[in-house]
Amino acid sequence: MDAIVLQILNGLDKGSAYALIALGLTLIFGTLGVVNFAHGALFMIGAFCAVTLSRILNWSYTVIDESQTDFLGNPLKVDVPYVHDWFGVQTGDTIIDWAVPLSIIFSIPVMIAIGVIMERGLIKHFYKRPHADQILVTFGLAIVLQEIIKYYYGANPIPTPAPEAFAGSYDFGAMLGFDANTIIYPYWRLVYFAFAAVIIGAVFAFLQFTTFGMVVRAGMADRETVGLLGINIDKRFTIMFGIAAAVAGLAGVMYAPINSPNYHMGMDFLVLSFVVVVVGGMGSLPGAVLAGFLLGILESFASMSIVLEFIPGINQIIIYLVAIIILLTRPRGLMGRKGVMED
Amino acid sequence: MSNSNLTRRGLLKTGAIAGAGLAVPTYLSADGHAYTNAPQGATVTLGFNVPQSGPYADEGADELRAYELAVEHLNGGGDGGLLNTFSSKALKGNGILGKKVEYVTGDTQTKSDAARASAKSMIEKDGAVMITGGSSSGVAVAVQALCQEAGVIFMAGLTHSNDTTGKDKRANGFRHFFNSYMSGAALAPVLAANYGTDRKAYHLTADYNWGYTTEEAVRSSTEALGWETVNAVKTPLTQTDFSSYIAPVLQSGADVLVLNHYGGNMVNSLTNAVQFGLRDKLVNDKNFEIVVPLYSRLMAKGAGANVKGIFGSTNWHWSLTDEGSKAFVKSFGTKYGFPPSQAAHTCYVQALLYADACERAGTFNPCGVGEALEGFEFDGMGNGKTLYRAEDHQCFKDVLVVKGKENPTSEFDLLEVVEVTPVEQVTYAPDHPQVAGGSLGTCNPGA
Repeated sequence: MDAIVLQILNGLDKGSAYALIALGLTLIFGTLGVVNFAHGALFMIGAFCAVTLSRILNWSYTVIDESQTDFLGNPLKVDVPYVHDWFGVQTGDTIIDWAVPLSIIFSIPVMIAIGVIMERGLIKHFYKRPHADQILVTFGLAIVLQEIIKYYYGANPIPTPAPEAFAGSYDFGAMLGFDANTIIYPYWRLVYFAFAAVIIGAVFAFLQFTTFGMVVRAGMADRETVGLLGINIDKRFTIMFGIAAAVAGLAGVMYAPINSPNYHMGMDFLVLSFVVVVVGGMGSLPGAVLAGFLLGILESFASMSIVLEFIPGINQIIIYLVAIIILLTRPRGLMGRKGVMED
Repeated sequence: MSNSNLTRRGLLKTGAIAGAGLAVPTYLSADGHAYTNAPQGATVTLGFNVPQSGPYADEGADELRAYELAVEHLNGGGDGGLLNTFSSKALKGNGILGKKVEYVTGDTQTKSDAARASAKSMIEKDGAVMITGGSSSGVAVAVQALCQEAGVIFMAGLTHSNDTTGKDKRANGFRHFFNSYMSGAALAPVLAANYGTDRKAYHLTADYNWGYTTEEAVRSSTEALGWETVNAVKTPLTQTDFSSYIAPVLQSGADVLVLNHYGGNMVNSLTNAVQFGLRDKLVNDKNFEIVVPLYSRLMAKGAGANVKGIFGSTNWHWSLTDEGSKAFVKSFGTKYGFPPSQAAHTCYVQALLYADACERAGTFNPCGVGEALEGFEFDGMGNGKTLYRAEDHQCFKDVLVVKGKENPTSEFDLLEVVEVTPVEQVTYAPDHPQVAGGSLGTCNPGA
């Protein structure tokens, strides 16, 4: 029982990342009709926003410490962050320690700007082109973006830890009446799950309860009619692209402490996120979220050693297996609408 | 009546000449003809096949720096580096066999197909007489087989799987880097001394060849000292989040987690394990411990503070104080501004060993070079006395057991050497079950 609870927790956590990325993908597809293979790169850039802010906060000057030597036997050069001088050592260290949460504020305008530039500069030229063209050009863009990141940050993963306050794990086992240490879960992953829930809720609320959201939803349903009413739907869709980029970016920022960011991390999530979108139903926002969590939980269960003993290798194919079954039984996915991607 | 000129004396003379001809090593007879890419002018071209893109690009960049430094030293430039400490004095700083060393580079992308394609291109288009480099056992095995077919020498870079000089060994291939067996043999006594002999281990193993050989090596070495392996789970090579594999570890009753992962896999699995607070737990009345059998500095850098206090093994470390290591660190550090990685070290040494073998053999013919390397004993290259064993073309030397440093002074000062395991302790028979199978075959000089 404790193993099942643990894997549900794991699944919810994995599903959070899948759902956030898939939500952005669906927003872009639902509004602009574009299959955006560069969306994983936006997730990766979000994580590198955290890396960048961390580096900015660690911006240092060098002092020579005569009491120590470096690897060549010369006096050791020690980096002293400017924030130590500006705010004192203790406050400066706290600011550096909180680099990831602070990156949320830093990343939102950066990601919206990147999203808008991407849409206006490249993707808008492919609205009327076949989906295959869109996939090719956005996939190419993803490769360009990741190579740019690699050029500036290198290929090696860059550790970007969570604040010290969130180090360690919570013992759910003791809370739920199981043995201690049987169900432990890292604090930061719990924060990630809560954060994802807030972001998903905020996006739905934005679309449901604001005038802007209402117009966007109307445009998703019937773009032509909304245009005939004199509303500049293109402009709103461009903003939605920026918002979708920000959602992917925020998912990346908060993911940075879970796995050290590297230039390739977007590609690692991209294929899975597309499967999530397809299983959820192309263009369906609730479907993307539901499928994200569902596949996350299934993937976690498939990784249990007792499952692997019976079906070796199931952990590597479970998501695709479920996708095949769902698409055979429900060709439009779990919550797909008629007419989407069917022309 | 016969008019034959055949005399007894003539027959003996002819027989002696023919016998001597047959007794001459194959490479000398081939030298009169040709071998693949025999250097014709005043230069000789070496092919450096390293990952310049993909996840190991940083490691590849360090390998390339080391090769460029080696070429500089071979051609008489710089401070000479390890030429000054190498026990063999065949290298004079005037290139190889008087020919100036030039090089071409290829990008393995850490993909076997791409690595073979780039090696093939360097051999066929650029005339490389030797291929060296790489950061993966899969790539090493693939390129080694290609070099065997093409008739050039392959001096492996960073490859740790037993199979490279085990079941996949080739006559034209040579490895200086240590292997999984040696990691297990070196680590186990240190683990037993630090954590005791009554331990329950849980292995997470990357689902490919290197992972299997490393798990087998560490399991057999630790079990021989009394440890019990409670579970061993294969993890997909493409896995990025290991939470679903790590979460069940504590439920298994294990008190040690062995991460048979390398590169990005290791960075992520170790980070995840530390996040789950495993190291803060008390299991079976013992502190829970994590072990990483193969360390690299670049991986340690990626995992950050999570490596603190965690044991592993490594081929070489820049903090060693022998004359060879000091000379290499000085040369590399002065040129590039930071200390070299173990990947840089093994690649630099391989380049020098190849050049030295050519000098001693008096030829670039792969068969001659191979014979010069087989059974070659040397010192002064940073690993103590080393033997290039003839039976499998594997170097045997001391192995370092390292631990993540608690208080690093720089981004390069992440590991500390806790024990230099003597070569005798990591030496195995050529037919040891962990490396059994395959055969070197015969050297192929190519054309």
